[in-house]
Amino acid sequence: MKLLEYQAKEVLASLGIAIPPGVVARNPDEAAAAFARLGPVAVKAQVPVGGRGKAGGIKLAGSADEARRAAQQIIGMDIKGFKVPLVYCEAALEIEREIYLGFTVDRDARANILMLSARGGMDIEQVAEESPDSIARLYPNPWRGPLNFELAQLAYDAELGDLSRPLISIIAKLYRAIPDYDALTAEINPLVVTKTGDVVAGDAKLEIDDNAAWRHKDLEERYGAVLEGDPYEVEAKRRGLTYVSLDGDIGIIGNGAGLCMGTLDLVQRAGGRPANFCDIGGGAKAEVVENALAVILMNPKVKGVVINVFGGITRGDEVAKGVVTARDNLKMKLPLVVRLSGTREEEGREILRKNGIEPGVSGWEAAKKIVELAQAGVR
Amino acid sequence: MSILLDSSTRVIVQGITGREGGFHTQQMQELGTKVAGGTSPGKGGTTHLGVPVFNTVADAVKATGANASGIFVPAPFAADAIMEAAAAGITLIVCITEGIPIQDMIKVKDFLRGYPQARLLGANCPGLITPGVAKIGIIPQRITRAGHVGLVSRSGTLTYEVASALSVAGMGQSTIVGIGGDPVLGLTFRDVVELFEKDPATTHLVLIGEIGGSDEERAAEVLARGSRLKAVAFISGRTAPEGKRMGHAGAIISGNRGTAKSKEEAFRKAGVAVAETTDDIVGMLT
Repeated sequence: MKLLEYQAKEVLASLGIAIPPGVVARNPDEAAAAFARLGPVAVKAQVPVGGRGKAGGIKLAGSADEARRAAQQIIGMDIKGFKVPLVYCEAALEIEREIYLGFTVDRDARANILMLSARGGMDIEQVAEESPDSIARLYPNPWRGPLNFELAQLAYDAELGDLSRPLISIIAKLYRAIPDYDALTAEINPLVVTKTGDVVAGDAKLEIDDNAAWRHKDLEERYGAVLEGDPYEVEAKRRGLTYVSLDGDIGIIGNGAGLCMGTLDLVQRAGGRPANFCDIGGGAKAEVVENALAVILMNPKVKGVVINVFGGITRGDEVAKGVVTARDNLKMKLPLVVRLSGTREEEGREILRKNGIEPGVSGWEAAKKIVELAQAGVR
Repeated sequence: MSILLDSSTRVIVQGITGREGGFHTQQMQELGTKVAGGTSPGKGGTTHLGVPVFNTVADAVKATGANASGIFVPAPFAADAIMEAAAAGITLIVCITEGIPIQDMIKVKDFLRGYPQARLLGANCPGLITPGVAKIGIIPQRITRAGHVGLVSRSGTLTYEVASALSVAGMGQSTIVGIGGDPVLGLTFRDVVELFEKDPATTHLVLIGEIGGSDEERAAEVLARGSRLKAVAFISGRTAPEGKRMGHAGAIISGNRGTAKSKEEAFRKAGVAVAETTDDIVGMLT
């Protein structure tokens, strides 16, 4: 779960990290009211993607009118496929210097990596490319977390020794997001040192591990419903599906991320454009298939759906029954091609045939067939 | 011959009394896998599927001399199950469970440093099978056939797809290894490729990767040093758009690595043929 900036900042504040005063505004009037309360504010689009500044999603407002106008312009704006649902109005900071602080999972090292750089406030990817040495790194022991002397070394390595005391404290607090919230990635960029010497989180990004949602029901309750974005993705998440919206018109369901991605590749190769990625995982139950189909059919652009299931733990007959029930329950009229293979595949194919759904022989055959049917507009 | 798993491997199943654990234990037994027992806390002393059930892995190892384990316990308990197996002296730990929190797996990886003899496969993987001999996990034996192709994959279902195509074409497999798709996992492509390289029964190699991380690139580095295996690689997700990624923190570490293009280029540079679709793999191996 990727939190929006204001949500991430609430979490940081709960860990004891200083954040600038700010309020959420859902309309221009609320933004004007925010100015009345806070004075000069940065009006910031709340979307779970980077690069909002460049996209025009952050504006400074020196008056209530400016705040109102900024909110008017930003709310509803499309930033990298996300319609901006609301803005966060935050008291403008008197910036002395900007630092980068973050952690993420280093897949190659199979460990968490903490990163600190004196070159904050800018595109950190660019910094990493141009001068990788200017980013200090630490792999904390996952059982006990980073020790103070390790954090001091990190600060000195980043040539931020003069700030080592406040930095040690802030990094230790940020690190708590790992044991306390199962955070996978956290970034404070910039971490601002103000003219008065305070160290404050200027921006915040936080991603929580969905696999650990059962340990953090409170977070899910507080933020799960607030997270707005692609309506199909939101609905899919509500139904517990692994789903990503794409801009094509062929709905895709597969079991296993690899097979599902492979199916996207095949549909594209056959001349079609995938509308989504939807992995129903192992043990695809009838209910899950129906949920997946329901979400895909919400999208009016979809002209046909291909289901590609190769079973290990998944049973073909159960999948077939699920597909038939789902199609009937949803009164689906669009072309549907089902490629079914694996455990109890014969029973599964028989069920499909009996119910008027032609089973595809291979993934490639199924992809070609659905592209053909969708393009012909068969109903 | 084979890698990791042969007819002498003595397997216990952690979570043997569960629905999935039970179903797949039967499948493993049908193939001829030596299932020595299972664990299920509180059910020690009973018998399930014809084998003894123990409360803990240590008890099971003591009584049966098991050296391998298949883990089917639910995600909240899986990390502990892996560590329990390692601490009990199990040398091949296969974790099928999906959905284990990543921070749990990071702790597991750190813990396993203290048990260098323990090899972990997975988690969130289909396991491994030496066709006609033994398997740990959920790869359906029906689609496999004994032979000389080493198959290693990050995706469960694509593994079945390719194994099935190979078998139909008469190209049997020495061992099929599903390393799993999680970001933090046990054996890597590179580890498995090195094992296949040393296995005299393996003459061909099929490697099925996917976008993200750089395990494929690492394996390509090994193959670039010279390999006796005739190899074909396939990367799924080549048409997937760049992830709707939020932070840049991940990209700092991986740089430009991780895309399908970078992986395919790494394999081509290493002299490994790259298949466009899984359907092309069989033809390219011969």
